[in-house]
Amino acid sequence: MGKNKEKKNVITGNPLVKTIGTQKIVVVLVIILLALFFCIMSPSFRKYSTVVSFFDYSYYVSFMAIGVTFALITGGVDLSIGTGMIACGLFGGYLITQKGMPVVVGIIASIALGLLFGLLNALLIAVMDLPPFIGSLGTMMVARGLGSILTGGLSITWPSSNSPQGWFRKIFKIHIGNIDFPIGVVFVVLAVIIMSVILNKSRPGRYIIAIGSNKEAAKLSGINVVRWQSLAYVISGLFTGVAGIAFSAIFQSIAPGTGAGVELDAIAGAIIGGTSMTGGYGTVVGTLLGVFVMSLLKTGLPYIGLQANWQQIITGIVLIVAVLIDVIKIVKAKRARSIEIG
Amino acid sequence: MDKVILTMQGIDKSFPGVHALEHVNLEIRKGEVHALVGENGAGKSTLMKVLTGIYTKDEGTIIYEGREVEFSNTREAQDAGIMIVHQELNMLNHLTVAKNIFIGREFMSGKLIDDKRMNLEAEKLFDLLNIKIDPTEKMGDLTVGKQQMCEIAKAISHDAKIIIFDEPTAALTESEVEELFKIIRDLREKQLGIVYISHRMDEIKEITDRVTIMRDGAYVGTLNTEESTKDDIISRMVGHVIYEEPKSVSNVAPNAPIVLKVNNLNAGKMVRNVSFELHKGEILGFSGLMGAGRTETARALFGADPKESGDVFVNGEKVEIRNPKDAVKHGIGYLSEDRKQFGIITEKSVSVNSTMASLENYMKGIFINKKKEKKIAQQYVESLNTKTPSVDQLVVNLSGGNQQKVVIAKWLVRDCDILIFDEPTRGIDVGAKNEIYQLMNKLVESGKSIIMISSEIAEILRMSDRIITMCEGRKTGEISISEATQEKIMQAATLRN
Repeated sequence: MGKNKEKKNVITGNPLVKTIGTQKIVVVLVIILLALFFCIMSPSFRKYSTVVSFFDYSYYVSFMAIGVTFALITGGVDLSIGTGMIACGLFGGYLITQKGMPVVVGIIASIALGLLFGLLNALLIAVMDLPPFIGSLGTMMVARGLGSILTGGLSITWPSSNSPQGWFRKIFKIHIGNIDFPIGVVFVVLAVIIMSVILNKSRPGRYIIAIGSNKEAAKLSGINVVRWQSLAYVISGLFTGVAGIAFSAIFQSIAPGTGAGVELDAIAGAIIGGTSMTGGYGTVVGTLLGVFVMSLLKTGLPYIGLQANWQQIITGIVLIVAVLIDVIKIVKAKRARSIEIG
Repeated sequence: MDKVILTMQGIDKSFPGVHALEHVNLEIRKGEVHALVGENGAGKSTLMKVLTGIYTKDEGTIIYEGREVEFSNTREAQDAGIMIVHQELNMLNHLTVAKNIFIGREFMSGKLIDDKRMNLEAEKLFDLLNIKIDPTEKMGDLTVGKQQMCEIAKAISHDAKIIIFDEPTAALTESEVEELFKIIRDLREKQLGIVYISHRMDEIKEITDRVTIMRDGAYVGTLNTEESTKDDIISRMVGHVIYEEPKSVSNVAPNAPIVLKVNNLNAGKMVRNVSFELHKGEILGFSGLMGAGRTETARALFGADPKESGDVFVNGEKVEIRNPKDAVKHGIGYLSEDRKQFGIITEKSVSVNSTMASLENYMKGIFINKKKEKKIAQQYVESLNTKTPSVDQLVVNLSGGNQQKVVIAKWLVRDCDILIFDEPTRGIDVGAKNEIYQLMNKLVESGKSIIMISSEIAEILRMSDRIITMCEGRKTGEISISEATQEKIMQAATLRN
């Protein structure tokens, strides 16, 4: 039938590139080049402790970014993950330190509160059809206020790693001999694998992509749009809670009223990793790589003498360049297609 | 007879303020292609929406496969075997072809989706339909024609017994239309019932067995296609016969001056060394297949896309057109084929749209002179016979034909003498089409000159004084109307080098 011949023509280019995706390869290269650059520029960067602090910073952003990737793929956004994460951490810590509850309860409470934020977003955005920006902006403000009210405006310190209740900190960083092991990376990778399978191989994931690609078409295909769009926000909420725990485990204390702006780091990570702001496309692996770029900048730039303000500027440039590459790619593809039709 | 698969009897449906359907009947047999025709707003889509459960009927009965049915959503209708191939294709562009076809009913192995099996099943469907599409390709990378084939494959995979095609050829090239017709005939062989909604009479004559006509929400009648002429159908659609005769001689005075001259225009792959002249009072038709480079030529000429080289002369003077603003300054107006995207601002009023291109003439200081704006808009509503309750009406509420008139008004207000009409009657129903034609004729009589790009050869033959054919970005012919025939145009339009 000559079918095989046909197929060969269809798949052009390197098969490896096709499966992994050009964007991810570019991001990996960027990570390698950045790391090399910092190593060359700063001898003090070339230390094991840098790796540890790199991961310390990346945990909570990674979890947030994994979650928000799902909201982004539906064509929406979740702005509540930053203040939500802080509220979750505050709530869990409050129960442990002020109410004397075991750490396990605090962890479960954190996640439960995260889910609650997710449900609120789902109600506002998927059920009541508010624009995602507005709906999650509302939740973001609610979360910020709620965090402060819960703790009476006080900072919360989860049990330290030396105390018997501090075991949860060792989930992310274990101290053996004199060396810190950033074992939290195992959990991040696990989360990436599970969420990747859900996104790419399960029906809920497929429908979330479908909604982001063309909501009307998804609806006409008999897909319960409200349910699966809701799920995306609930996933985002769940990971808000998980990020809250990661944040509590890494940092000494959590201050109420903070967290605004962190969501943008997570969203930027997802976008750098190739997730489309307009929905329909995105990968969890890409998101993690994008977060790594951000973390690397955050850990590396101080070593070459660039402080916070410069970090912001450079991160901003990286974000814009990443999206620009994508935009150019789309324009090129469109042009190629119009020629093909002709 | 057992051949009847669907009977809709006395269907009645009202919306607040509109009686959309008045006792409409429709009968579909197995193995027939049944055209459903009527002007825009005649109720065709409403009827189909009642059938597929998007709307609930107020009155009437639907008998499908011998049983009375009432679907409460599209899913139920799909499950029963009634599928719509929508005019505006609803595809998930980011997903592969196979994922699109099986969306909502994926093959599973355990808890995970079995994409391999879906690809295989999709391939089987395409084999059945005798079309070649790679199921692993992204939907968004396919041409509209191919996407439509996928939609048909999807319908087949649902075990469809009735497939409704809503204006399926609106965005297809001629060869794609041929392929589509082959598939439709195939489906007819397989004893499916096909509902074919279209404005194009030639297609209806070619592909359908019977035709049901609707007008203003009411059932007019059902004819056997073979026994009826185009005029029979059209006259029933619009209530009275109107059909402008094709031109046989050019109306342009032999000594008419050249108002526009284009020399060796180049812009990308789609515009290669295109040269032509436009005379005062002439309608110059641009014919060609879709993607022949006609629109691209117009856009490059108008400055909407960058050009690489080429000279443009307006009224004998060489002009430099770098952007649309330059073009407008030299009296060239462009009426895009996609009105909604480029021609009008639908959420604004008729008057605002009318002065859009010449706002500087309607200012009082830094403010817009609303009174003057309304006056000029009113003037053109009257002279173009635009049907609108007032110039304050939002354009979105007007019909396609009247929207087109607003775009024309916009350029006339700007005093443009050269008008480029890109598919002037796309998406406009038969009655309004004729009015646009009359209007164009009136415009050239009054000394304007028109470049008309059209994919409908009938339209080209009816309107043009001279015809230029393009193929693959090159000008392939120039035919005067007195010598033009459909065959000659087609031949020139498919001339490849």
